[in-house]
Amino acid sequence: MSKLLPTPSQTVGPYYSIGLNWLITNDLAAGATAGERIVITGRVTDGDGAPIPDAVLEVWQADAHGRYAHAEDRQDKPKDASFTGYGRIGTDKDGVFRFTTVKPGAVPGPGNSLQAPHILVALFMRGLLKHLYTRIYFSDETAANAADPVLGLVDDPARRATLIAQRANGTAEYRWDIAMQGDKETVFLDC
Amino acid sequence: MDVVGYRRNQPGTQPEYLHPAYGSSVKRSPTKKLVLVPHTLTEITGPVYGHERVGADDNDLTKGHAGQPIGERIVLTGRVLDGDGRPVPNTLVELWQCNATGRYLHDNDQHDAPIDPNFTGAGRCITAADGTYRFVTIKPGAYPWRNHPNAWRPAHLHFSLFGPSFLTRLVTQMYFPGDPLLPFDPIFNCVTDARARERMISTFDLDSTVPEFALGYRFDIVLRGRDATPMGM
Repeated sequence: MSKLLPTPSQTVGPYYSIGLNWLITNDLAAGATAGERIVITGRVTDGDGAPIPDAVLEVWQADAHGRYAHAEDRQDKPKDASFTGYGRIGTDKDGVFRFTTVKPGAVPGPGNSLQAPHILVALFMRGLLKHLYTRIYFSDETAANAADPVLGLVDDPARRATLIAQRANGTAEYRWDIAMQGDKETVFLDC
Repeated sequence: MDVVGYRRNQPGTQPEYLHPAYGSSVKRSPTKKLVLVPHTLTEITGPVYGHERVGADDNDLTKGHAGQPIGERIVLTGRVLDGDGRPVPNTLVELWQCNATGRYLHDNDQHDAPIDPNFTGAGRCITAADGTYRFVTIKPGAYPWRNHPNAWRPAHLHFSLFGPSFLTRLVTQMYFPGDPLLPFDPIFNCVTDARARERMISTFDLDSTVPEFALGYRFDIVLRGRDATPMGM
């Protein structure tokens, strides 16, 4: 079969909310979802350190058992029927986003490897001609993070740290910022 | 677990992140090289939507208001295809656009052109078994923006699609054939491969025209293709 050239990506532009806001989901864990409820919050900033008020994040994750709500996940694990694993979250005027979810379980990686609990993020905004991918890992998963096959591809520990959300003491709230540029530029992934 | 991944893009067929002619990209594009990662179960899965979230009239942007919107009515149809030309059924297509005067219904749009009380500019539908979608709307207007002196965006509609995985996610813009503004638009021209750029231009389609009612345009959308066999990097 002949291969077709994919349609090119274009920016969401400044007015994406007209078309995309109907599917905004700030709480992925509504209902009877199993697992530890967590909050992830952070700020998206540009190359001047200025907040980006018109960004939208889309997140995709496994349920607490480490299973994706998708036909191609054929793992022999229980499946949380109340969890879709998808959220769409916009930033506010201060560039801040915040969403509630459950902490995902570990999922298989290439070969016989195991991936640490993580959330895949697609980032859209005016100025981005093509969405960017990155991942959120968790600071309280030290051993799993050390063995993770994707984190292991980032050599510089300071850069790797941009992928790890920091758990606040005594709460289930994690802080994870996105810097488009600068000293703390987030590691973006070529998926 | 090794999975069947998705094909990497050929150079020039997708935009680069930094495109200085498009001013907003300068402070919002990564400066460091992206980290090449293998495709895992995380990437090859993705959200699935069914018809339950989409209303029967959600694909008709001319409905839902007290009166008819101003503008040239158009029927917009096409097929969503995978990289091997197979239809992508049951996938969500989201659409948004400005009105016929070139004004978006958004607080930040200060273009001095009238708002149309009968037009919001948002629609959505789910593709049929053969990958087909269909919208009824009005042709959006061109509008000025401040990217460079006397900058005008060509008429366009924004499309958002999911496809079978998080890697097939696509947000794009559809343009109209013969638009004289296309050669001057840095967003359209961010794609250097001319064949790829052409993918974003719809064609006039007499067959989807509705006599005495609306003109018809066709716009097929191709999502990222898949590898034939499991691969590492």
